[in-house]
Amino acid sequence: MKTIYLDHAATTATDPQVIDAMLPYFHENFGNPSSIYSLSRSTRNAIENAREILANAIGANPKEIVFTSGGSESDNFAIKGIAQALKDKGNHIITSQIEHHAVLYTCKYLEKNGYNVTYLPVDNNGIVKLEKLEKAIRPDTILITIMHANNEIGSIQPIRQIGEIAKKHGTKFHTDAVQTFGHIPVNVNDLNVDLLSVSGHKFYGPKGIGALYIRKGTKLTPLIHGGDQERRRRASTENVPGIVGFGKAVELALGIMEDEAIRQTGMRDNFIQTLLEKIPDSQLNGHPVNRLPNNINISFEGIEGESILLNLDMYGIAASTGSACSSSSLEPSHVLLSIGLTHEFAHGSVRFSLGKHTSQGELDQVAEVLPGIIQKLRAMSPRYNK
Amino acid sequence: MEQYSEKVMDHFSNPRNVGTIENPDGVGHVGNPMCGDVMELQIKVKDNIIVDAKFRTFGCGAAIATSSMATELVIGKSIDDAQKITNKVVAEALDGLPPVKMHCSNLAEEALEAAIKDYHSKQKK
Repeated sequence: MKTIYLDHAATTATDPQVIDAMLPYFHENFGNPSSIYSLSRSTRNAIENAREILANAIGANPKEIVFTSGGSESDNFAIKGIAQALKDKGNHIITSQIEHHAVLYTCKYLEKNGYNVTYLPVDNNGIVKLEKLEKAIRPDTILITIMHANNEIGSIQPIRQIGEIAKKHGTKFHTDAVQTFGHIPVNVNDLNVDLLSVSGHKFYGPKGIGALYIRKGTKLTPLIHGGDQERRRRASTENVPGIVGFGKAVELALGIMEDEAIRQTGMRDNFIQTLLEKIPDSQLNGHPVNRLPNNINISFEGIEGESILLNLDMYGIAASTGSACSSSSLEPSHVLLSIGLTHEFAHGSVRFSLGKHTSQGELDQVAEVLPGIIQKLRAMSPRYNK
Repeated sequence: MEQYSEKVMDHFSNPRNVGTIENPDGVGHVGNPMCGDVMELQIKVKDNIIVDAKFRTFGCGAAIATSSMATELVIGKSIDDAQKITNKVVAEALDGLPPVKMHCSNLAEEALEAAIKDYHSKQKK
């Protein structure tokens, strides 16, 4: 049975071209980029080449890019780095209730350490309200951190406008662009951001590599102390194969981004319409239009997400859920609760995220088997009596 | 997360005794406030022996599998013996559950307890 992989928001398979680009840097070109001999010059150049590719892709200067171990580190670095660097200026941070845990739990950690955090609510479509944001800004606000697009429900935030508000109040602004970069246009000047997190494995690059954009003039205390790598902003011998793979993945992603966004958006809307028509008592979560081209998140009343996933898995279909029972916390997704879903609907949510290899035929197969799965589970649910 | 055992997957994909009984002698309706799971267990009793049991469950794979296994375990047992079935017994009969899923098996134990209690209270009338 061939797997129908519809969990690209979780991770993607590394593109074979990316792997080919990385391979020489494991064995032939293994030199430490910090060393002086010529063996190391090629690794140094490879890093700077990748840095330039990313900088060009987001409208930045290469000096404004720091490579990290991934999206979570980038988020931690941005938030803790600003909190530490600007602690004499203030101790208030503004974020949203629907951030990725890498942002949310970093903020919670800072709260325990004397910082004040405002968690902005979102509307039913998962969008931050600008007037609430502006009202939340105080003289001691040092950072606003709001994600570009949500990983669960795909809603895209008005980052450009948020950035304008931040600028007006002289507050630093960070966005987690892990779900958007490589999929929709991301330009740090269009978006008015000072800091921006990206992750390689979300767009067919390797795992364990990401980057943080740090606008020139933004003071940031390092997270990892040690050697002089990354212009002293992040110690540790560079992950050269990862960085090279990251650069290659950016190149490939940009090459197909426009066409893929159109193709996936079409398939997405079609799939949503089909499922909502075929399955009664189901609803779309997230913004109907301002959403990631590849994100579909639907709740099915009266049944539980993990049961749906296990049934899908029997047909070789891989998807994910915001249900409590899939997590060790036993709480349903904070994102789904924040957009006003009842526990009932939050438990019965499934996320399908498309990728560049997803075909219409695959989605047709899912649309074929899913109604039966939902019906079977509802028949044995005491919470569905229709 | 740790994977489910083959037995869990068997009971999940082919749950035994799903549904309701006409004029049940005992009904247990319980919810797990931790994760929102709900289970309804109905039993038919003849001469102090549970002759039939049916369930409906809202919940994850573990919740459905333990519900199914619990009905299999109680059918044919006397009320006294059925009362001895704990969540541990059900989980063991399924070759174990992942640690984070152990709480799901409480549902079956509580539903059984509630159904037997309901049966006793109906007998007194």
